[in-house]
Amino acid sequence: MRIGVVTFPGSLDDRSALRAIELGGGTPVPLFHGSNDLKEVQAVILPGGFSYGDYLRCGAISRFSPIMESIILAAEHGFPVLGICNGFQILCESHLLPGALTRNADLHFICADQKVSVENTNTPWTNNYKKGQEIVIPIKNGEGSFQCSDETLKELEDEGRVVLRYVGKNPNGSRNAIAGISNKRGNVVGVMPHPEQAIEDLTGPSEDGLNFFTSILKEMVGR
Amino acid sequence: MALDTVKHAQENPDAVQPYKELGLKDDEYESIKEILGRRPTSSELAMYSVMWSEHCSYKSSKIHLKQFGEKAVKSEALLVGIGENAGVVDVGQGYAVTFKIESHNHPSYIEPYQGAATGVGGIVRDILTMGARPIAIMDPLRFGDPENPDTRRVLPGIVSGIGGYGNCLGLPNIGGEVVFDDTYQGNPLVNALCVGVMKHADIKLATAHGVGNLVVLFGAKTGGDGIGGVSVLASETFSDSSSKKPTKRPAVQVGDPFAEKVLIECSLEIFAEDLVVGIQDLGGAGLSCATSELASAGSGGMDIRLETVPLRDPSLSPEEILMSESQERMCAIVEPSKLKRFMQICRKWDVTATVIGEVTTGTRLNITFNGELIVDVPPRTVAHDGPVYNRPISVPKYLDTLKPVDVPLPSTGVEIKAAILKLMSAPNMADKTWVTNQYDRYVQGNTVLSQPEDSGVIRIDTQTNLGVAISTDANARWSYLNPYEGAKLALLESCRNIATNGAKPLAVTNCLNFGSPEDPEVMWQFSETVRGLADACLELGLPVTGGNVSFYNQTGSVAILPTPVIGVLGVVEDVTKRTPMGIKPGQEIYVIGNVDDNFSGSEWAHIHGKQIGDRSPVADLDMEKRLVLMLLEGQPIFEAAHDISNGGFAASISEMVLRTNVGATITLEGNVAAELLAETPGRVVIAINESNTNAIVTLAGKYQIPVKNVGVTGGDSLTINDGALSIDELRGAHTGVLEALFG
Repeated sequence: MRIGVVTFPGSLDDRSALRAIELGGGTPVPLFHGSNDLKEVQAVILPGGFSYGDYLRCGAISRFSPIMESIILAAEHGFPVLGICNGFQILCESHLLPGALTRNADLHFICADQKVSVENTNTPWTNNYKKGQEIVIPIKNGEGSFQCSDETLKELEDEGRVVLRYVGKNPNGSRNAIAGISNKRGNVVGVMPHPEQAIEDLTGPSEDGLNFFTSILKEMVGR
Repeated sequence: MALDTVKHAQENPDAVQPYKELGLKDDEYESIKEILGRRPTSSELAMYSVMWSEHCSYKSSKIHLKQFGEKAVKSEALLVGIGENAGVVDVGQGYAVTFKIESHNHPSYIEPYQGAATGVGGIVRDILTMGARPIAIMDPLRFGDPENPDTRRVLPGIVSGIGGYGNCLGLPNIGGEVVFDDTYQGNPLVNALCVGVMKHADIKLATAHGVGNLVVLFGAKTGGDGIGGVSVLASETFSDSSSKKPTKRPAVQVGDPFAEKVLIECSLEIFAEDLVVGIQDLGGAGLSCATSELASAGSGGMDIRLETVPLRDPSLSPEEILMSESQERMCAIVEPSKLKRFMQICRKWDVTATVIGEVTTGTRLNITFNGELIVDVPPRTVAHDGPVYNRPISVPKYLDTLKPVDVPLPSTGVEIKAAILKLMSAPNMADKTWVTNQYDRYVQGNTVLSQPEDSGVIRIDTQTNLGVAISTDANARWSYLNPYEGAKLALLESCRNIATNGAKPLAVTNCLNFGSPEDPEVMWQFSETVRGLADACLELGLPVTGGNVSFYNQTGSVAILPTPVIGVLGVVEDVTKRTPMGIKPGQEIYVIGNVDDNFSGSEWAHIHGKQIGDRSPVADLDMEKRLVLMLLEGQPIFEAAHDISNGGFAASISEMVLRTNVGATITLEGNVAAELLAETPGRVVIAINESNTNAIVTLAGKYQIPVKNVGVTGGDSLTINDGALSIDELRGAHTGVLEALFG
């Protein structure tokens, strides 16, 4: 099961995502932003980081890279895509996901062990969780406050497209405490917290993030 | 202005030159003329002035720092010693680790965000230059009174600068210190440590060998930022009211962490294909430093064509190009046959790379600008043979006027409870997560321990679980009372911290923050500090692998407390076996080591009228050596461990309770106030399972170190004698303090 991770200039959690795929049982495939070759991967992860230094707007420049052309095209045909943190921002800039991620309410970068609930388990990235399951995975971002129009918010809630929601104090002012969403079809998921940094008790707050990487395998086998 | 060429300098020997404004003394200017046999050109003057500044040349400290080499024991672990960009030690399994700490104090006071950010950038490039992938950073910070409005200006900017730069580089920030003391009001200390890892064969050095090899400048373009930063900024005090010089604001560099991140990946790919002969980063003194150091460490000859340097600002003069401290630049020596591949990799990462010269047969560094010779110097005289001063020293007069500490000594339950609440809510002891949550501690996925643990522990091999631990420590008040002992004690605390988590100490780095070297009393503090550190390193068998001296840390004529920040790196054979500080219910708590009743230099004394006291503890090197061995041998039976330092046992046990939300019931006997609050070095709190009671007693006997059982874990309160404090109450006092001050 080949799963790709795209390295943009300024990607930081790319190597952690590759490792998470491996620990989840998949075959990690490094992809580079400058080529439109998806190297026959069956799913792709856009990792966290500060691609292009977050200059202009987070994700705004990466969205125009050659690899994104291929990913956008594939995603429109149901190809599974997971955007983590900066990857989520890139997906919003690409219009694969609605809304935008803005500065945290307190205007600080926040690194913390965050409790979130898994609200939608019908996506290829979350099918190994139980609906409503509370998990602890790190957040680490400066621009993680999810914002969208009232109309979009209603649509996301009504269609059950909120994938993760913050539990307890809303850390960054996101609307409806939203921590992750999917597109209509469910194949494209963006999350602000970092499941790839919660795959071993030794180095993370928990192993709760690992199911993102086993879910995608289950999805592929089921197809 | 006409170009001041070598020819022009020869023809106009009497031209008046602004050497004083550039920070050179009369005799230093005379020596330059003697070296060159003529007056320097303005470009040469620019180079000598920055390279002979205190910051670059270590002219006041060199004579003392020699001791680190002379007294050092032969360490087999040391692969690269002092003199290169950073020292390198062998940590086993073919891995080498490099680490170093540097100061960025003065720039951070003027421009907190950029000063602190570029401090991180500079130390990371030093580590990268050795051939290593940077894997973690740490930031020991010291500020003035937390209530002072200027601290509100400085602290939030420095913290977000460190976060802004380090987070964007993808480097976990795994520890450091945040200390408040009035002494730093006009001169905060911003020290930055970086650690990197590589395989032995990948070590790179800053040297230009091989006639015909090319000098390649790569990374950001050169701009007008930070010009003369080293000579002016790092070597003078700020509030010199007699000075009528213009504001120095423009001399602080501006950082671009994205450019550095790309430069790191690009460089590591270049190193992996073995495409460079030598490499040097551009930091303080920019191109002047990089070219002269590379040439000086190599065969000596180098030609540089300065007009080929890519510029952000085309109006820069040759002198300014040589002095610019624009960040995110590197200089490599590349064989002509490897240039094509080198350039391909740079293009892949969109990194600008330009051949600006080559290594020559001669022994001179020649720099031309549009064909005209503007620099013709023996590079060693610029880079390595700068002036050396044996500055006068005198024992400070303040030592005769020290007063013993006069503090309340809690003994009843009510007093103990009140003391803990007061202590744990003081800014120096309060929870630091408002600061550390602005730093990414998870990125790279190898952080095993980070603040508030005793040390930062990073895994370097996911298969074998080999890792390294690092801690930085200083107790400036003890150094003020006795700089010789203070330096030793800082080293010992750092060693103890990493051993507490299970790491064997391997190497030492230091950042020596002092006042003006021209003040004989400061120079005495400095010389005693170096002597103490060198003696202790010799005794413990640890090499000093490098470091940094920061002088002129003072407000007006008042120097800061002498603040040697000592970093110790250790190796952890198996990071899964590390001992963290968090306790679980049903464990027995022991204190290792004996306490005395000296409160000098303690937080308890500081809280009560900012007293310092009259005597530093005396370092017991022999005992501490045994303690480290005992801690390492005891790892299998320690369930939790935490060093006793600032705030004494009260702080250590409070932090352990808060870490995992598990209470403890403690009985202290004898001198209860001292047991609770004194900061006697050489002590550690540990938690073990009851079944290991005999084992701990045996272990203590083997190393002849006293241990005593002081209580048990469990419940939802911290109870000491008959003073009970709920965890919620303790947490309420301990958290939110910095947020209220700076949030």
